Amino acid sequence: MGSFDVAQAVIEAKDLGLTFQTADGPVFALSKVDLTVEDGDFVSFIGPSGCGKTTLLRAIADLEKFTEGTLTVNSMMPEQARLARSYGYVFQAPALYPWRTVEANVGLPLEIMGIGDAASRIQRNLDLVNLSGFEKKFPWQLSGGMQQRVSIARALAFDPKLLLMDEPFGALDEIVRDKLNQQLLELWDRTKKTVVFVTHSIPEAVFLSTKIVVMSPRPGRIIDVIKTNFPRQRTLDIRETPEFLKIAQRVREGLKAGHAYED
Amino acid sequence: MLMRTERHILPVLTICAAILVMWYVACIPMNAVVAETKIAAAGGGFSNVLAVSWGLDRPVIPAPHQVLTEIWNSVFLIAPWKVKSLVFHIWVTLTSTMLGFVMGTILGIGLAVAIIHSTLLNKSLMPWIIASQTIPILAIAPMIIGVLGSVGFTGLIPKSLISMYLCFFPIAIGMVKGLTSPDPMQLDLMRTYNASASQILWKLRFPAAMPFLFTSLKVAIAIALTGAIVGELPTGAQGGLGARMLAGSYYGQTIQIWAALVAASFVAASLVYAIGGMERLVNVRMGARP
Repeated sequence: MGSFDVAQAVIEAKDLGLTFQTADGPVFALSKVDLTVEDGDFVSFIGPSGCGKTTLLRAIADLEKFTEGTLTVNSMMPEQARLARSYGYVFQAPALYPWRTVEANVGLPLEIMGIGDAASRIQRNLDLVNLSGFEKKFPWQLSGGMQQRVSIARALAFDPKLLLMDEPFGALDEIVRDKLNQQLLELWDRTKKTVVFVTHSIPEAVFLSTKIVVMSPRPGRIIDVIKTNFPRQRTLDIRETPEFLKIAQRVREGLKAGHAYED
Repeated sequence: MLMRTERHILPVLTICAAILVMWYVACIPMNAVVAETKIAAAGGGFSNVLAVSWGLDRPVIPAPHQVLTEIWNSVFLIAPWKVKSLVFHIWVTLTSTMLGFVMGTILGIGLAVAIIHSTLLNKSLMPWIIASQTIPILAIAPMIIGVLGSVGFTGLIPKSLISMYLCFFPIAIGMVKGLTSPDPMQLDLMRTYNASASQILWKLRFPAAMPFLFTSLKVAIAIALTGAIVGELPTGAQGGLGARMLAGSYYGQTIQIWAALVAASFVAASLVYAIGGMERLVNVRMGARP
């Protein structure tokens, strides 16, 4: 791989390993992970609990320190990338500050980073997640799905090129989740962001992704990487197509193989 | 608000009435030693037992209406700047309570902020903070007053230092808990923004600590008042509820002691209620669920 290709990659992991030292001895959360995420990709990490998918995302975000191999984000070490505020992060829970209104929550990163033009940025990003008109509400006045949309608007407020999402819709019911998947895809298409998305739902991963990374536990590792070729603008209907079902089948087999290894 | 009051008023009145009845009944046997001869002199009989037991000049325990009369007389019938006025004494105690409370709040919050930012301070300061509260205040108060008096500090400052000494503790403990109450996700979020320690403190830790702060403040302001009263006892102070109680006990003026006691508890309740009012205002500002 030429140096030109490396420069293109938003995220580049080679031989990445992460070991937690615990009282019961070392836990190998990640082992020999090779991964390239290119500009504009929508990459999903899928696997059972304990497969290291969240740990990998947190290592990219510099919320965990990797212990072996190399990892770059925008050609920088993850820590530099974090200090340069290269990514927006969406957590498993909305993690909104309950004493702030919707607009003040979305404006939080702008306050901290000293970015001006807050009012129009807040408005633009609330529009993007279809929450105009809710500016003055407090988080407890919103449903779970709306709260998670506020947290997505917050992650986008300072316009990072990269969006890291850790099972953002895991706590929501399927109907809301389908709707938000559709909205997220539209948002990705419109903003041309690079998205890295952690999930344990096969249909969600296949529907959203340009690249699906199938992972397996103990030690956390990648067992398959599947590229998809759906049009950028797609609807939930594609879930009935043979191509979708074929990819879903391959993901399922990958997950099964990973479990067989464990036994 | 009205609903709240309505729901509370009946139980409160019931308890008050029960206490008053018990108090009046208790006055009869407790005052018997003093009252016996007078009852006999008045010719005995049940009505004389009640009249004498509830109307002694220097009873062992005064009847409620005697205390209320004393409060009425010393609050409304004497100019508030006179030494005989209860308002004067309340004011003296209140000023040192408030000064001590403000100092204790600043000290308590300051210590909590220092402790949560440094494991070294957490390990070194925490045992001292806890040890400070195991010393009986009655033992240490005369020493504080004496030492400060010898270097020229008398009156307000030493008393408020005792209040501060008592009331910084619940605030420090409550605020350590409150400032560390944000969940890991809320803290990780700040980390992804590369927020500074002071931004995390002001935009996350302090707002999250508000419920803990107000709980601590309610405890602290009541013991700040206790501290001020205790601080007035060993000084031979001329003013303050503590001085009033001490003077009452020198001269056997039990009615005066009880009047000062009732006044002190009224002041304490008002202060706690005022903090509760502040808390409700802050809650509204912070969008708390009603």
